[in-house]
Amino acid sequence: MILYCMGKNLKSVVNEMAKTLRTIIPWIIPVILMILWQILTTGGIIPANVFPRPIDVIQACVDLTRNGQLGSNIAISAERALAGFLIGGGLGFILGLLNGLFTLFYRFTDTSIQMIRNIPHLALLPLVIVWFGVGESGKVFLVALGVLFPVYINTLHGIRSVDKRLIEMGRVYGLKGFSLFTSIILPGALSSILIGIRYALGVMWLTLIVAETVAANSGIGYMAMNARDFMQMNIIVLSIIIYALLGKISDMIAKFFEHLFLKWDRP
Amino acid sequence: MEATEQHGVSIKINHIQKSFGQAHILKDVNFDIHAGEFIAIVGKSGCGKSTLLRQIAGLDAPTSGSVDYDGRSQKGLNPDVRIMFQDSRLLPWKRVLKNVGLGLKKGDIDKARAALQSVGLSGKEREWPNSLSGGQQQRVALARALVRSPRLLLLDEPLGALDALTRIDMQTLIESIWEKDKFTAILVTHDVTEAVYLADRIILIEDGAVKLDKKVDLPRPRERGSAAFAGIAGDVLDQILHRE
Repeated sequence: MILYCMGKNLKSVVNEMAKTLRTIIPWIIPVILMILWQILTTGGIIPANVFPRPIDVIQACVDLTRNGQLGSNIAISAERALAGFLIGGGLGFILGLLNGLFTLFYRFTDTSIQMIRNIPHLALLPLVIVWFGVGESGKVFLVALGVLFPVYINTLHGIRSVDKRLIEMGRVYGLKGFSLFTSIILPGALSSILIGIRYALGVMWLTLIVAETVAANSGIGYMAMNARDFMQMNIIVLSIIIYALLGKISDMIAKFFEHLFLKWDRP
Repeated sequence: MEATEQHGVSIKINHIQKSFGQAHILKDVNFDIHAGEFIAIVGKSGCGKSTLLRQIAGLDAPTSGSVDYDGRSQKGLNPDVRIMFQDSRLLPWKRVLKNVGLGLKKGDIDKARAALQSVGLSGKEREWPNSLSGGQQQRVALARALVRSPRLLLLDEPLGALDALTRIDMQTLIESIWEKDKFTAILVTHDVTEAVYLADRIILIEDGAVKLDKKVDLPRPRERGSAAFAGIAGDVLDQILHRE
């Protein structure tokens, strides 16, 4: 009996350890890189004007947080990202729905959408600067344009690949129109739509970085470009790290929604 | 009151033909089904039995001919008709109870609960369909079909994918519910013993036409091992396989 209890305890301890280990594993590479970075820069192998020391970056982070610049720049960047994402994602979703549900709409618009999709949206940057200047609307426009297509294509694909047998079943059981859409078509398309959203989040940050670097007077990208003029290497690196963190956060949010909406999909 | 006594639909199939392009799947199928009767349609695969069921259900329109319910010509889907498919076709994103109550009003969820109980799945209301076994999924599909007390239940090889023991369980269950609710039932199957166990009449389809229309005069519940049972099953099988 005692032995059994000990065995059980041991098992739970081992399980506990395995759990901690699983949470640690993803962070091993970042930590090793940090250590390597510190060693290489303090030893003078890499000169400070090429790559700043970690401590300098932390210093920049503290300074910019103190004088409020970091907070306001992150806020303005996040605002642009969100506004562009909501507009572009919303339009892409609605277009995807209409084209997925109504063949006439599909015939009417899909060719045009596919043509526009094949233009790299960042190529429009010079045009956007001429149209909107360095104000907010230009960046929101570009982000919206970049986000629209992945959401559109995945929504369309999701709706078109809903199991026809389930739709037939729904009709037999008296569903039609809106109830058929909410009970069968939308949930059936949801996993594909969420993939589109996750991909779009990546496009969103990429577009924003480019737009803020080229044409802006606020935001994280602007902060980096401004620091370049004064050779403040630590601020440039800090900006890059912040972009990485923001990207990771938005990916986590997307994962959370997948977790929430697709819980039936797990065994 | 007459409605409860005459709960099942009576059906008249008038010279149905169905072609897909050059392929003539059904050639002049013509027979009647009484209200409350249990019919089994058997035949080799590809003989057109599932196509016939789709015409009766109103899922497809026949190339020519018509189907009458209670003497009225029928077009399209009818709310009195429910179909059970070979695959359960449960919605994986809805829990079991919501699947059973699909399309019902909010207040009618107790009916769904009762239907689930009648197929022996009380306690599974909160499960996801994918966590159930194949037999349990078909029970949920049966509960979904029964919850709005259909007057005609169409069964398109619903037990074909189940193991032999589960199949016998389901046959007993379907029979007991049919005897209680008195709906008309049409079962498409390739399993002759299943047809003999359940049906009042067996209709054999061959090359798109009725080849045999045979009454099964055995008292219920039927004994699968009895000589009479085996005799009828043997006769039907001989006809399907062209044996003397």
